[in-house]
Amino acid sequence: MKMKKDEFALNYGGSHGQEKELSAEEVKALKRMAHKHTKRMDAWGWAFVICNTIFLVLFTIVTLYPVLNTVAYSFNDGLDAVRGGIYLWPRKFSVESYSKVLNIQGFLVGAKITVLRTLLGTFTSLIANALLAFIISRKRFLFRSSLSLFWVITMYVNGGMIPVMLLYKYLHLTGSFWVYIVPGMVSAFNVMVLRTYMEDLPMELEESAQLDGAGYITIFIKIISPLCKPVYATIALFVAVWQWNSWFDAMLYNRMKSEYTTLQYELMKLLNSVMQQSGSANGNNTTTTSKQVTPVSVRSAATVVTMVPIICIYPFLQRYFVTGLTIGGVKG
Amino acid sequence: MAYEDQFVNSGAAGETEYNSQAEVNEAEATADAYVVENYAKEAYEHKSSLNDEQIKQLSKKRISKGELKRQSVLLIIGAIFVLYGILFYYLPLAGWIMAFQNFKLKTGLLHSKFVGFDKFKFMFEFDTFEYALETSGNIFSAFKTWINNVVFVRTIRNTIGMGALNLVTTFIMAIVFAILLNEVKNKLGKRLVQTISYLPHFLSWIIVCGIIHDSLSSTGIINDVLRFFHIVDDSYNFFAHPAWFWPIVAFSNVWKETGWNAIIYLAAITAIDPSLYEAAEIDGAGRWGKIRYITLPSISPTIVILLVMNIGFLLNAGFEVQYLLGNGLVQDVSQTIDIYVLNWGVGQTDYSLGTAAGIFKSVVAILLIVISNSVVKKLGQESLF
Repeated sequence: MKMKKDEFALNYGGSHGQEKELSAEEVKALKRMAHKHTKRMDAWGWAFVICNTIFLVLFTIVTLYPVLNTVAYSFNDGLDAVRGGIYLWPRKFSVESYSKVLNIQGFLVGAKITVLRTLLGTFTSLIANALLAFIISRKRFLFRSSLSLFWVITMYVNGGMIPVMLLYKYLHLTGSFWVYIVPGMVSAFNVMVLRTYMEDLPMELEESAQLDGAGYITIFIKIISPLCKPVYATIALFVAVWQWNSWFDAMLYNRMKSEYTTLQYELMKLLNSVMQQSGSANGNNTTTTSKQVTPVSVRSAATVVTMVPIICIYPFLQRYFVTGLTIGGVKG
Repeated sequence: MAYEDQFVNSGAAGETEYNSQAEVNEAEATADAYVVENYAKEAYEHKSSLNDEQIKQLSKKRISKGELKRQSVLLIIGAIFVLYGILFYYLPLAGWIMAFQNFKLKTGLLHSKFVGFDKFKFMFEFDTFEYALETSGNIFSAFKTWINNVVFVRTIRNTIGMGALNLVTTFIMAIVFAILLNEVKNKLGKRLVQTISYLPHFLSWIIVCGIIHDSLSSTGIINDVLRFFHIVDDSYNFFAHPAWFWPIVAFSNVWKETGWNAIIYLAAITAIDPSLYEAAEIDGAGRWGKIRYITLPSISPTIVILLVMNIGFLLNAGFEVQYLLGNGLVQDVSQTIDIYVLNWGVGQTDYSLGTAAGIFKSVVAILLIVISNSVVKKLGQESLF
């Protein structure tokens, strides 16, 4: 009987005295082992830490240096910059390049259009994606799975560049501002990210609202949307970055309409003149033929103007895109 | 199309009813809600006698009447989305007919001359292959001549080659970066490095290509370093040598996307149960051991799923960098299918040829997805669909 009691105590931590003694001894032994262990690993551990640090520092430098170099060039005097040899700090400080960039006619128009399409495009796209995701994620909706399949297919099959281009032509989207907004409004990938998030919300919320007589629209606006704020922020960020950075649509559909040019397309025109030249037979010396080519300082200034808004915003939205990617990437 | 009809019909019917008898509906909905609630209670009380599926079935049966009316608003919005999807995603598929016609804008899709597979024959120039095979008698050398002489075949090689190279390099770099970053104990440093690593993802390809170009130019940092170590005496023009083009494109992709792609792996690593590491430590595993036996196996499902997804989009990756960094001297290795489509379909306004090339790309992409997905299924991993 006593044996049994002791056994019970040992197993379930009832008898403190004995357990303490045992564990203290054990802890000592464990500590000794652990100490030995860490000591043995120290040399390798340190080697690893040092190599790792070197790798990550190099990685950071490779990532950051070209960007900083561009900034340095943009603040350098135009003629002086052509000589090269500018690294992290301008040699002859000047903000002339920026005033030159702002005087390029297309650049200001492009900036206006880009800001407009980013704001309007993000807003409409967020509403459309959220609404579609809401419908697909309703568990009782009759056409739930067929509607979902209908959109998943669009992720993998598309008509290709030429049929799409002709379609936009027939719809009179070509040569208008709306070609930036309307066709890309729904993105199946974003819808799937939103859907996954909405499906994870508790079903009881919707049910209790329904008992109170709320329709689906009310549920969407008053109940689901406030809970989806983080994932809405993620999608808004994705769409905004995409809108801000796209240039190909401006080139393909609005090449002839200079009033609908975008910032990135203007930048592309500036940079492309130089890039094409590297391919010429004596592409080594860009200095001799720099007349038709935009000077490096102006190109750099234009680049900085184009990238600054996004660089300023993204560090503050980190946690949003991390959650969004994790949902979309693993489950999507 | 059948779906669309269904949506439109039921949607429209729902709408009229909803408008005319809004009040009645409301009353019915409340009554219905009461029934549902009662049913839920009943189901709860009799839990032992009914299984989950039966409860589900019962509640579904009860809900359907009033619920259908409530759902009319969903149906209307769903129908709008279906119409939108048909217009912008499914209608262009009808344009594939162009590939089998001599399409002219004037005559349109309905009255253009039908030419069968002529456009595909023009693209692939099978005659060249046959002729080479006849003259040399060796299938490999014939293949080589074919690739060297036919532009479209070369673009296929470039697209798949660069796509695969980009995929492999970005994948390996992202995984290595995630694992190494995870080993950093200093929280501030870790956060700083990670924040900086995202930066290039937010830059457009135009900016990235401009930056890569400037770094490799005669006054750029790479040539400065090469000159400093006397590896070259005069600056080296990387963009004039075809051999450098693929590595440059791969590096651009690695530079832009490593930090971004690592996000998912870092999240997967964070989700690993710490007790596994403790157990490994007690068993005497060092840093490498823990990475090799705990971290890598734990994130391998994520790796496989992402790999499958990316193989499907392999052909899509080959456009912007190649278009922006390519030039006359390296066009044999830089042109991809998309650039071919752009040159012929937009530049030469041969819409039929452009469409044909696009179709080929889509078909290959779908094949890639299906194959990789079935491979994953065979391996016993969770597949995409």
